[in-house]
Amino acid sequence: MTTVVNVTTPDEGSRDSPRRIGALRISDVLSLAGAVVASISMTSIIYVYLAPVGGVVGYFATAYVLFLVAYALLVSFDENMTTVRDRMVLVAVHSLAATVFVTLVFVVVFALIRGAEALPHLNFFTQDMSLAGPLDPLSDGGIIHAITGTLIQISIALAITIPLGLTTAIFLNEIPGAFTRFVRTIVEAMTALPSIVSGLFIYATAILMFGLNKSGLAAALAISVMMLPIMIRAADVVLRLVPSTLKEASLGLGANNWNTMWRVTLPTARSGLVTAIILATARGIGETSPVLLTSGFTAAFNADPLHGPMVSLPLAIFQFVKSPEPTMIARGFGTAAVLMIIVVSLFLVARAIGGQTVAKKVKARERREQWKRDVHDIFQAISASVAKTDGRMRNSLSSASRRKALLRIRQQLTYIRSRFRSKGNKR
Amino acid sequence: MHRTAIKESPAKDHVNDDKPRSLKMVSDSGDVVYRTVARTGGIIVLVIMTAIGVFLGFRASQALGEAGLSFFWTQAWEPDANNFGIAAVLIGTFIIALVAVTIALPLSLGTALYISEYAPRGLKQSLITLVDLMAAIPSVVFGLWGFFSLQGNIIDIAKWISRTFGWIPIFAVDGFSDDPLSSDTVFTASSFIAGIVVALMITPIMTSIMREVFSQAPVGEREGALGLGATMWGMIRSVVLPFGKGGIIGGTMLGLGRALGETIAVYMIISPVFSIQPHILQSGASSISSLIALKYGEATTFGMSALMAAGLALFFVTLVVNFGASAIVARSRSGASS
Repeated sequence: MTTVVNVTTPDEGSRDSPRRIGALRISDVLSLAGAVVASISMTSIIYVYLAPVGGVVGYFATAYVLFLVAYALLVSFDENMTTVRDRMVLVAVHSLAATVFVTLVFVVVFALIRGAEALPHLNFFTQDMSLAGPLDPLSDGGIIHAITGTLIQISIALAITIPLGLTTAIFLNEIPGAFTRFVRTIVEAMTALPSIVSGLFIYATAILMFGLNKSGLAAALAISVMMLPIMIRAADVVLRLVPSTLKEASLGLGANNWNTMWRVTLPTARSGLVTAIILATARGIGETSPVLLTSGFTAAFNADPLHGPMVSLPLAIFQFVKSPEPTMIARGFGTAAVLMIIVVSLFLVARAIGGQTVAKKVKARERREQWKRDVHDIFQAISASVAKTDGRMRNSLSSASRRKALLRIRQQLTYIRSRFRSKGNKR
Repeated sequence: MHRTAIKESPAKDHVNDDKPRSLKMVSDSGDVVYRTVARTGGIIVLVIMTAIGVFLGFRASQALGEAGLSFFWTQAWEPDANNFGIAAVLIGTFIIALVAVTIALPLSLGTALYISEYAPRGLKQSLITLVDLMAAIPSVVFGLWGFFSLQGNIIDIAKWISRTFGWIPIFAVDGFSDDPLSSDTVFTASSFIAGIVVALMITPIMTSIMREVFSQAPVGEREGALGLGATMWGMIRSVVLPFGKGGIIGGTMLGLGRALGETIAVYMIISPVFSIQPHILQSGASSISSLIALKYGEATTFGMSALMAAGLALFFVTLVVNFGASAIVARSRSGASS
């Protein structure tokens, strides 16, 4: 059969293009389209006359079930049972994935859309809520206190978790033994520590035992307890991916363990470690429950983490939407939008850094060096022309010639700038 | 010439001895410091993590001593009247978590299969990134969505389930009549709605673990199945799913662990009750974490101790679930994930 094909169309065979597989037949498209049309029509009829469920969600659910039935029926007309089953799974998997992605994107978009009401007011980013009551319009009050609080708390938390987390990740990778395995097990179990328990823990120790007040510091400690296992685990995975040949080469050349870690392992894993840190930050920024128990609540600006309550973005959202007033709820959604924007941008930065490969890095470095050379050339050209005109100016002291010289400098600068710009555009 | 010289050297006896030469590592001072610092880091983390259990236990001991064993079967939360226990809230926590896992399991299984098997090659990486991003969405944002958007839209479904399957006890709703004018409030703030929201929160983590395991299914076996004439589903059923069984179970249990500890989103949706509420569609639900979030503000010293006891119970439950999950994932054929 295949030889016949090859003989009859020798040109196509010699053209060396792969044969098309998984071709879509017209009957596949027709049965899919037919099932969609049938299900929509049937659902509409059912909704008008029978109505077992109401609402938009009910409509889609009914239509989906009817679609499955209709599609199975249509495919079974010209395929065997095995194919019908395959098609059913295909449809189910696609629709489940679509449900998940659409819903999750909708959760984010919903917060952004509802938040759009509060965001255009610039005072939202410059004022706190100490002078704005629940009945005040959106042109009064803002969330600067929550933004500051979040930044302070996450900075303290990072100052604790980055050194401790990375040290522990190094420990887990470099010093093998039964104790290391034990620590790793504990850390892994702690990744899913309920966040409210970390709040309770800090409440039990820092506040009840050491007499710390409810403050930004206590909140930062609670966030640290929650972030620590996440960071350790992510960094542990990244460090484990560093090829052992690199480390062995370093040790073989006579470096000690510390130099190998500092000069070989950590630089190799740098982008992955940064990603681990940023991902833990994104998680830490969004946590409400540890902060709820430890930071206290205030509507006023407070930049002192040691004294007085300090509010953060998620806690502010939580307090805003507790109020029945529409303006407060709008503020809550506005805050949620700000929080989402921060989390998403942190995440994208993490991806950009984590997605860096060695080839990309080399290219970026080449680009940077080319840029440096260009800048150097231009400065050389400028200083040369300045020296030239300077010498001339010293000789001719008349104001007319000085003006001419200045003009020439300006012309040269314009030329250099245009050259620079065209080079920049080429990149 | 050199080699012979070495062989004739007095070390000859050692060569014939057939014993490995003893290697002695001489650590210089830099390494000693480095190892000590690294080990100290590990010890500090271990101390913090064990301190969580110890301090919660210490703080909880007052309330636990007062309540005794009745702490485990009292369905009320009045610590100052010495009438409190976690029977209702613990079962409530499990009800919400089970609803969540029941919904999240098919969703994440389908999404993981889609990403690893069906998605176009160019789309795959973006979808993986999207799933990871979704795992970082703050729970308070999910709570906002659940309260302001989902609740209004899902009531019709809840009504239909109750009307059709009301004869199954868990779907029954007291005080629901088919009168179209009757109020919808019996269906709001239920375990069902809280469970849906929590399901969406745990779907990303479950999906990413399952996808990781599925993508490690051996290519040879996949192609063997397809070459023998299996359909896509046949290949998935006979190669991918058996291979990823450990990942599915482990991922689900990790999701369960997350669902048990979820606080803010649940707190924003449910209206708390302190008796066992097995009707998942009916208004009123409870969970340990939302109990803590609800009561900590007004708690006396003894009340706080009681809340610590509840927190300790939650801590142990999630710990057991997570240990089980990581053990299962590690023992599955792939192992590398989790």
